[in-house]
Amino acid sequence: MFRNDYDTDVTTFSPAGRIHQVEYAIAAVKQGSACVALKSEDYAVLACVMRKESELGSHQEKLFKVDDHMGIGISGLIADGRVLCKYLRTECLSHKFVFEAPIQVGRLVKQLSDKSQKFTQKMEKRPYGVGLLVIGYDATGAHVYETVPSGNYFEYIAQAMGKRSQSARTYLEKYFKEFKSMELGNLIEHALKSLKGASEVPLTKANCAVAYVGKNTPFTILADEKIAPYMSMVEDDKKEDAKQEAKDEE
Amino acid sequence: GCLFRSQAATAFPCAMDELRAASMEAKQAPRSRTTQPIVTGASVLAITYKDGVMMMADTLASYGSMARFKSVQRITKINGGSMIGASGEYSDFQCIKEILEDLTDEEFDIDDGATMDAKQIHSYLSRTMYNARTKVQPFYNQVVVAGYKDGGYLGAVDMYGSTYKENIVATGYGMYLALPLLRKGWRADLTEKEARELLEKSMTVLFYRDCRAINKYNVAKVTKAGVEISKPYSLPTQWSYKRFVNPHLSE
Repeated sequence: MFRNDYDTDVTTFSPAGRIHQVEYAIAAVKQGSACVALKSEDYAVLACVMRKESELGSHQEKLFKVDDHMGIGISGLIADGRVLCKYLRTECLSHKFVFEAPIQVGRLVKQLSDKSQKFTQKMEKRPYGVGLLVIGYDATGAHVYETVPSGNYFEYIAQAMGKRSQSARTYLEKYFKEFKSMELGNLIEHALKSLKGASEVPLTKANCAVAYVGKNTPFTILADEKIAPYMSMVEDDKKEDAKQEAKDEE
Repeated sequence: GCLFRSQAATAFPCAMDELRAASMEAKQAPRSRTTQPIVTGASVLAITYKDGVMMMADTLASYGSMARFKSVQRITKINGGSMIGASGEYSDFQCIKEILEDLTDEEFDIDDGATMDAKQIHSYLSRTMYNARTKVQPFYNQVVVAGYKDGGYLGAVDMYGSTYKENIVATGYGMYLALPLLRKGWRADLTEKEARELLEKSMTVLFYRDCRAINKYNVAKVTKAGVEISKPYSLPTQWSYKRFVNPHLSE
């Protein structure tokens, strides 16, 4: 991808005013398998596709609990993601110790983004090659944030990242107006359905995971047997798709 | 020693020698820190009542036994829903005020709709005071933290970093003289007027009995509407008891 003379260092601007190394880091996030997040007034939901390196291996864990009221889904360099997860967990614990209260999600995301920004301005370090979707519930309600290697962050009603995330985003754009007062079960259904298009293989209980957090609801991850009951939501769709295809062929 | 000294002069050490000796001694002695308060405030009393929490303190900062600064405010607002009052070293109270003001300013800048409540301020303060005590450089205070968020919150921190939450809090001599009176007169559903009367009664007793008190007070309340600290005012006192006027009265 050696496009030009200005992409060797993260401390070099291109004449067009871009820092290519940061953009390459963002591209690394786009290579990761998909992650989606969406929220209602009281709940936020995360869902991800978990890739498998080989038939013999296990699926890549991508959803992590950060605190009782907060968790993340990662896309990109998973090792970088684990380092950031550890940082977030430490900060949450530290805040709880000093203030006896859970940290405001947005404030911690901002802290993390400021940390990420530093590495876009150093000679000796590279940017983190991972994007996070942070879901949480705090004093100001449910939240979904996205962080990127450039140090930017935004809050969303719904967002998707990683490979083929555009199809997930298109799905979410269709339904997001209904999310505000939606029940948790329906939110999970939409999360899985939006993920369907972003996955190269059919979704099964083994290769996808869902997490949720909200009012009086600590962060919980559903995987394997725990997510099995929800898979029918995605499968039914497939059956209907198959029926539709059969009809079309007739 | 001095540059020009005759042998006779060694019998009379010059001032520089003494200073030098003292400095050397200090370097070899263990480091000691501030362990006694100099300018001090007396009691702070506080109780929860129907609408929130009420706090009262006099406006004196004493210099030992001297009533040095007579118009000092020992209760301060922290943010929309919390206030603190302190007894003990007044400069440490000022320092704590600044520390908490910095926290509040930071939160103001973040501007995300969430603000610290009294419980969080209480916890932060207790960690701050414990850390200072661990370095044997304590904030020489007893601090009362009061606030309102879905109900009144009242607690205290001392110079060691110990904390507790209670419906009735008193510091300094108030712990001995006022607490029994407050406990006797307290109910969960006290009206504002009743709460104020209870506090005023106790403060008057403290004025009679505590040598480091004066008859000039701030009363403060925190309710759903926020923090309100009164202007200084005085309470009526009674000095014409016969036995006070003449202790040697035979009856």
